[in-house]
Amino acid sequence: MSTIKVSIVSSSEEIFSGEGTMVFATGSLGEIGIAPGHTPLLTGLAPGPVRVQNGDDEKTFFCSGGFIEIQPDIVTFLSDRAERAESMDEAEAIKAQELAEKNMHDKESELDYTKAAAQLAEAAARIKTIQKLRKNK
Amino acid sequence: MANTKEVRKQIASIKSTQKITSAMEMVAASKIKKTQNEMQLGRPYSEKIKEVISHIANSSSEYSHPFYEHRETKKACFLVVSSDKGLCGGLNINLFKQVINKSAELKAQGIESNFALIGLKAASFFKSVGGDVVANVQKLGDKPDPDALIGLTKTVLDLHRSGEVDQVYLCGNGFVNTMTQQPKVEQLIPLPAEESDELTSTHWDYLYEPEAQELLEGLMTRYIESLIYHAVIENSACEQAAKMLAMKNATENAGDLIKELELLYNNVRQAAITQELSEIVGGAAAV
Repeated sequence: MSTIKVSIVSSSEEIFSGEGTMVFATGSLGEIGIAPGHTPLLTGLAPGPVRVQNGDDEKTFFCSGGFIEIQPDIVTFLSDRAERAESMDEAEAIKAQELAEKNMHDKESELDYTKAAAQLAEAAARIKTIQKLRKNK
Repeated sequence: MANTKEVRKQIASIKSTQKITSAMEMVAASKIKKTQNEMQLGRPYSEKIKEVISHIANSSSEYSHPFYEHRETKKACFLVVSSDKGLCGGLNINLFKQVINKSAELKAQGIESNFALIGLKAASFFKSVGGDVVANVQKLGDKPDPDALIGLTKTVLDLHRSGEVDQVYLCGNGFVNTMTQQPKVEQLIPLPAEESDELTSTHWDYLYEPEAQELLEGLMTRYIESLIYHAVIENSACEQAAKMLAMKNATENAGDLIKELELLYNNVRQAAITQELSEIVGGAAAV
């Protein structure tokens, strides 16, 4: 079975480097699936889970915003912040979501509002990742 | 001749200084490991983004980014990375010297310069030398936060976009090993052209989602940010290494000084005893 080389890096560390037969991620224009031999593509990375399948083995990672570069044999995730999904703390994520919602309600200026909305989107994506991971178990 | 009490006091004061410098040496030695570790952790990202950028440079893209454009240069911006604290030998001053030399060299070609500064030491240096400072970030601490650099990066990039600045240089210390640090001044914008590899031979381009311009703009900004962040981390490792070395030298010098003073102390003491003896002998003879 052909594989594609996958690397997920964040500005502070390398999260994952290995092979995958299929990769799923949330691009800025929606969910994308990447199989080996994909056409070269450059797109934004939206906060959400990144799943790397290698045969029957599947690993899930959480990435906040960033970029995805796809070459036929390589896919690179340049994430601002990425975490292994196993190490994510759901309680922490829900707390962040609540805080973001609160910030959104007592918006003071336009700038704060956009910031809060971004925070909220990230927290929601985080919870989604955790829940998806739970279901798989 | 100095009296014994004075010399003793001096020895005591140097000894306490020696204690401080040797403590600082040990602190720096333990911090080097941490900063080096951080350098290592940040490396994959820098390497990957560099790879992506060189892929893009080699693709026959529909959109050419202004950071690649070589335009007639009237003004250059120096992004100077320095430490916040002193006591690290000639680390900062060697770098500043190079920056000033480069700036003078450009001036001879009719290119003016301005400066964007990271770290307290650069701020105070360029305040005393005089120079057009456009942005300043300081007190990043031992664990620099990438977010803290965004403002400065944006200021510099905006200057480039508006055409006020045509070239940007990144100046910082490169970490060779714990004994050697190399000050370097590197051109950041326009991005130096990469050597072409096998990808250039074929004519290809990416699909862009959403727009090429928007994406490349974001990616380029991120790339520059990562380069600057890496320079800051590297400089911080250099700072600790230089500090360790400087403090080691200071401790050794203090030891030498103490030895000399102890010799002096013994001489003075001996002289005093000899004098007293000869006085007694003289007195006894007189009786």
